[in-house]
Amino acid sequence: MNVLVCVKQIPDPNAPGKLDPQTRRLVRDGVDLVLDPGDEHAVEAGLQLVEKDGGEATIISMGPPRALEAIRRALAMGAHRGILITDPGLENSDALSTARAIAAAITGQGYDLIICGTESTDGSSGAVPAQLAELLGLPLLSFAKKLEVSDGKAVIDRQTDDGYDVVEAPLPVVVTVTGGINEARYPALRGIMQAKNKEVKHVGLGDLGLDGKAGKLALTQEVVDLTPAEARKAGEVVEDKGEGAKRVADFLQELKVI
Amino acid sequence: MAGVWVFAETVDGSPKPVVLELLTKARSLGETTAVALGPGASKAVATLGKYGAKRVYVHEDPAFRDTLATPAVDLLARLIEKDQPDLVIFGMTYDGRDVASRLSARLSTALIANATDVVSKNGGWAIVSPVFGGTLLVTTVPRAKPPTLVLIRPKAVAAAPAASAGAPQVQMLTEPVESAKPVARVLRREKEKASGPKLEDAAVIVSGGRGLGAPENFKMLDELAAELGAAVGASRAVVDAGWKPYSFQIGQTGKTVKPAVYIALGISGAMQHTVGMKGARTIIAINKDPEAPIFKLADLGVVGDVHKIVPQLIQEVRSRKGK
Repeated sequence: MNVLVCVKQIPDPNAPGKLDPQTRRLVRDGVDLVLDPGDEHAVEAGLQLVEKDGGEATIISMGPPRALEAIRRALAMGAHRGILITDPGLENSDALSTARAIAAAITGQGYDLIICGTESTDGSSGAVPAQLAELLGLPLLSFAKKLEVSDGKAVIDRQTDDGYDVVEAPLPVVVTVTGGINEARYPALRGIMQAKNKEVKHVGLGDLGLDGKAGKLALTQEVVDLTPAEARKAGEVVEDKGEGAKRVADFLQELKVI
Repeated sequence: MAGVWVFAETVDGSPKPVVLELLTKARSLGETTAVALGPGASKAVATLGKYGAKRVYVHEDPAFRDTLATPAVDLLARLIEKDQPDLVIFGMTYDGRDVASRLSARLSTALIANATDVVSKNGGWAIVSPVFGGTLLVTTVPRAKPPTLVLIRPKAVAAAPAASAGAPQVQMLTEPVESAKPVARVLRREKEKASGPKLEDAAVIVSGGRGLGAPENFKMLDELAAELGAAVGASRAVVDAGWKPYSFQIGQTGKTVKPAVYIALGISGAMQHTVGMKGARTIIAINKDPEAPIFKLADLGVVGDVHKIVPQLIQEVRSRKGK
């Protein structure tokens, strides 16, 4: 079984994000960049499948040259090879451009499963996996909190508002996984050493044959304004010295909850 | 007048609450058409009309319920080609997101997700979405050919019936929906039990985070919630750890709630969580870390140990209720 895992490098979500008011883009300078923690679960899901059934896990990412570090992290977890789509002409791509670039970069490579996180932790639109499925003409199994593959089929437990649905699709298929699907492994030192020698293919805009359908020439939308949201005013913060519960109960009574 | 469409998700013939919010917004922007798909969808027509739909497309094929996204995308793509609407709005739900995203790739149109508002501007649309946990508002304009597809977060708009609403014109569709392409089929549906009111409708929510330390500590939340008539919610860390089912999750990936009172226990207040609850009228937080970001949002914050304070609070509530 051959699995492709799509990953994104994002600013450390534990540090507050900033947008440049001039360029209206994410500030990347001086910010730690990490493999999106949501994507670690996608990598783990892919690794578990190939460890069970054989085959290879390939990691693909699109971003600036330093996004290579995110791919290396996934390789250190145990993935076999990487593809980095990087090109100045792809800077500031929207979701659809990203999906087109990924679809073009993997044409004819015959993956049985393409696994993604449900959404990036920074952008959160969650559009790329479904767009990728559409461009490739594949079914999408989304919001999976459990994934099983056998007999040429994938079956997931798909999160819903009041529980989950059991959903099935034939391979090849695109799957998005939630954080609860597994416990992502931590790369071991040996894995980190091995990752340095694993092949990462670099792909540029010229290799994709997209002819103006991705990147700057193909933007479907533009950010025109950024404004701080009206901030909620912080209220009173008290330290519990034995009276904390009483203070909360008083407040609940004021609010007529009690 | 601009043609504004609403993807009207229904469950057993009732529109999902978010659909009424979308219609309220849509009718302020143009001539509104609702598209209601799946078994029983025709039962939703009257309500859709009441909230502003002038016309409703209905197709009751079970495939819309039992196959993920693709039948709806196929049908919407055909209808859009025929009628050429200017704007199509979807709820930021599990299905809404899948359908809108696939459709944007099919039509090569702009898709703007996580929106909280759409306004008409210079003959086009401007879409507002919060980023970074709602601390910053981004305004985006489409640069592709119409229609612009927008995913609006639940509870971003207050639903209100239209002042003057007639019965909408109904177009029943019966064309076959079977696809030649492989699809994702729902085999069965499982419901997870939750006691008390539904999270989305609850006036009071008691919500727990990783700071509770262990899944068994949710028992005291259940107890407190029962005393207050509240629903129980959880942060992503908690559902990802398997302490509570995903249906309890509040935040970016989970539910958006707007209760009168939100009580956050052992929740640090990561942006992923706050985007789903900062619309609460009043927020109370208990957390042992005085630096926790939740205290910047809370109307009342108590720095202390939830394991000590919550049981005391349950006792306080009980004695004040005269038990």
